[in-house]
Amino acid sequence: MNTPLLSVTDLKVHFPIRSGLLQRVTDQVRAVDGVSFDIEAGSTVGLVGESGSGKSTIGKCIIRLVDPSSGQIRYQGTEISNLDRNAFMSYRKKIQLIFQDPYNSINPRMSVEQIVGEALEIHFPNKNKAQRRQRISELLNLVGLEPKHLTRYPHEFSGGQRQRIGIARALAVEPEFLICDEPVSALDVSVQAQIVNLLQDIQKEFKLTYLFISHDLAVVEHISDQVLVMNEGRIVEQGPPESLYRDPQHAYTRKLLEAVPRF
Amino acid sequence: MKTLLKVEQLSIRFHSANDSLLAVDQIGFSLGAGETLAIVGESGSGKSVTALALTRLLPSPPSCQIEGAIELEGQDILKLSAKELMKIRGKRIAYIFQEPSTSLNPVFSIRSQIAEVLALHRPEIKDHDAEIVRLLDLVGIRDARKRLHDYPHQLSGGMQQRVMIAMALACQPDILVADEPTTALDVTIQAQIMNLLKDLKARLSMSVILITHNFGIVAGFADRVLVMYKGKIVEEGSASHVLHQPQHPYTRALIDCIPRLGQKKQRLTTIDYSEIS
Repeated sequence: MNTPLLSVTDLKVHFPIRSGLLQRVTDQVRAVDGVSFDIEAGSTVGLVGESGSGKSTIGKCIIRLVDPSSGQIRYQGTEISNLDRNAFMSYRKKIQLIFQDPYNSINPRMSVEQIVGEALEIHFPNKNKAQRRQRISELLNLVGLEPKHLTRYPHEFSGGQRQRIGIARALAVEPEFLICDEPVSALDVSVQAQIVNLLQDIQKEFKLTYLFISHDLAVVEHISDQVLVMNEGRIVEQGPPESLYRDPQHAYTRKLLEAVPRF
Repeated sequence: MKTLLKVEQLSIRFHSANDSLLAVDQIGFSLGAGETLAIVGESGSGKSVTALALTRLLPSPPSCQIEGAIELEGQDILKLSAKELMKIRGKRIAYIFQEPSTSLNPVFSIRSQIAEVLALHRPEIKDHDAEIVRLLDLVGIRDARKRLHDYPHQLSGGMQQRVMIAMALACQPDILVADEPTTALDVTIQAQIMNLLKDLKARLSMSVILITHNFGIVAGFADRVLVMYKGKIVEEGSASHVLHQPQHPYTRALIDCIPRLGQKKQRLTTIDYSEIS
């Protein structure tokens, strides 16, 4: 069997709780408590769970916005959780993150050109300004925006368009792996459908791999090849959505599925 | 069913320096006593503005112009003085909003926030603590007496929303307007809150106006549905009829684009706005 693109083994993230005059560590929050899973190249793994289940922390750990307490994260077989800043730089280019809230995740004082171009300046320092602008225009076309949007600022866009800007920014560095942390939760159902379709289109076009974090079970069912169900820092059940949704084994998965209002 | 609220020819227009926007365009609907009416639509369709207009919680003219009539048992809310309006707001029509963490004041305890409502609208109540404990019990907060002096940040999102509901119910309103009450909550908490609302509505014989974009919630809780698109009501009917036999192309498109559990499609349907007149 091929090496999976991403392999997480016994990952733990414990946050210390400090209290008292000397701010001594008195307890720990076990945000992620012994999680293991693999993601095959080109596939989409959905990660579902409620607020506080630890699902976003896993995403942040992979991209090193949070340091794990223990465990391994291997990317194409290479351990990346203990790399230093410089060594991790090349993975920052391969792994990108799309955030939930398109209102807070892009800088309101930067134009679209600056937002998308910033990543290009860092990761493609050889491109000159004209080449960068050319590439940004391509990216905007790709995500369904227009080159005339280059000079506009975030407040001139709707929520769905801002999420497209976030996607263009992530794609700018030609990543292999995208962590999508609740990318459609803040959007209208009609816009949600457009963004989900866009994510699936660019996945096909660039052979991307996704970790799709969401609390929306129906969206996860739609987009995922494998689904992980998290509760209180642990994965309680995993499997392909067809079987997991039809025949949930764990009581928590059943509870989650039963809570979804249907019509 | 007795008609409690009647909205006729309601138009709401916002003016800015060099632009004007017709947010609500001549809509009319009624709400019966004890009825749950859902208003659905996308962002910008005018559903929240309509809800806010019911007690004139909108900017004052000239920046916002409201025309038409909103009659609460024969009394036109749009013609009331500011003082008369105070007797409607909170007392007869109360609200709960989407984001409980921003609706509550972070620097006051939940006791003092609920007491404020009681002091204003129910001066006959002498023992505030007892009444607040009763209200918190009603919305399912355990050990209410111990939680009285808690601040909003000490409560989870679901608990905060329960406090908001307790506050809204403090004056036994005739109409509860719930504007996306569970959008910020997890599905399991959402189910708890919606069941709580359903139970309270029956026990207190209130009418509810439920603003949502979640059709699952509409199916479970609403008697009747209005579908709004670009400031107009494009469809109106019983919840089961609108959900299962939508007549307007917009309603059909809006329902079609929702992924549903157990009905996996290759690709999600999107709304082709050019096909909607």
